[in-house]
Amino acid sequence: MRRIVIWLASTVTILVLIFGYHTSTNRTASVGVPSATAPVTPGGATSGAPSGAPSGGASSPSGASPTPSATSSGSAASKSYTGAEAQTQWGIVQVRITVTAGKITAVDVPEYPNENPRDAQINAYALPTLVQETLTAQNAEIDMVSGATVTSGGYLQSLQSALDQAGLS
Amino acid sequence: MITTVGRVVEHPVRRRVEQLMGMPVSLAVRGPGADDPAVETAWQAVLAELRWVDATFSTYRDDSAVSRINRGELTTAQAPPELREVLELAEAARRDTAGAFDVRYRRAVGDDRLDPSGVVKGWAIERAARHLAALEDVDHCLSGGGDLVCSAAPGRPVWRIGIEDPRRPSVLVATVPVRRGAVATSGAAHRGAHVLDARTGRPPVGVASVTVVADSLTAADVDATAAWAQGWQAASWLRGRPGRTGLVVWQDGTRTLIGAEPAA
Repeated sequence: MRRIVIWLASTVTILVLIFGYHTSTNRTASVGVPSATAPVTPGGATSGAPSGAPSGGASSPSGASPTPSATSSGSAASKSYTGAEAQTQWGIVQVRITVTAGKITAVDVPEYPNENPRDAQINAYALPTLVQETLTAQNAEIDMVSGATVTSGGYLQSLQSALDQAGLS
Repeated sequence: MITTVGRVVEHPVRRRVEQLMGMPVSLAVRGPGADDPAVETAWQAVLAELRWVDATFSTYRDDSAVSRINRGELTTAQAPPELREVLELAEAARRDTAGAFDVRYRRAVGDDRLDPSGVVKGWAIERAARHLAALEDVDHCLSGGGDLVCSAAPGRPVWRIGIEDPRRPSVLVATVPVRRGAVATSGAAHRGAHVLDARTGRPPVGVASVTVVADSLTAADVDATAAWAQGWQAASWLRGRPGRTGLVVWQDGTRTLIGAEPAA
């Protein structure tokens, strides 16, 4: 249907992995679930690209992930992490994040290829990251919930209702 | 060639929800234009379109085109073109699953019925979302009963999607970031077993839910349902589908990621 454009997919995967990594780290710390939060493939940066898709030109962004040891939990000071440059067919992509008190407070893209409006029609999604956590609207670091055939009857017990209420009130 | 773009600005998420087609339809929007009146206009267009889909495809409404076909009062040739489009999608899914997914079922010998609900939901949500895609400076995520389609402009935050535990709806089993794409989950949660393996006429065995991430919600929804209908084969079948990632939650609570590098 829509053409998958690999270069932006890889760009976004970099962003997304950094987000995903820190999000799960934060949750582990704040929710206090000992070892249940386990990203199965923390370095699986290329997984957003379908295995059958052409991969020419898209470099592996795995080098862009900050090293886990760089995360200092509990510190109120801001720290920046700059990802490795990722060479794509359209140019170099690089991402920098700022973490304050264990939360991402800024995401900068210091280097970014020129944007072709047509290529803005991208699809970029990644591999799900396994978690195991009870969610409330208060600690929600997610925007929407996908669940098995949520019906109006089951809606009240679904996570989406909590999110909707948080946004509507 | 290289330009510098600014800081990613976090905009608050604005939400709307409406009960339609027996399910909650939820919209989340954000971005510089999220508070514009045009968002409400687009939302009303989404709802109007989904009401039309319900009136046309529902098996619970006696006057729907599907019900009239099932009573022999209407032929597919006389039905709205959208119905033929949905039937073609259903036929492709039937072929791709070797018959496990089938929108036609036999009530008795000589009494074949049509129930395209397994295809309609994802197709309808994706189609209705085009009203939101036309909005300027607005990122959107539209969900129909837990199947959703998202779009976020480059340089803005991705949508973070939680996948709920089919056995405990207050628990997440996974999260997945989506910039532009769709997430659909099929399973027995909330409604009880409502999908049968068309080959055996029985509910699928072993699998609790299947989540599929794909370009299109039509494809994600059909594949999630088709994989789920195949029980123990859900994960192996899904691995053979191009351009998908996903998650299978088994009835014992173990989880299989689809799209990861194959284990050595």
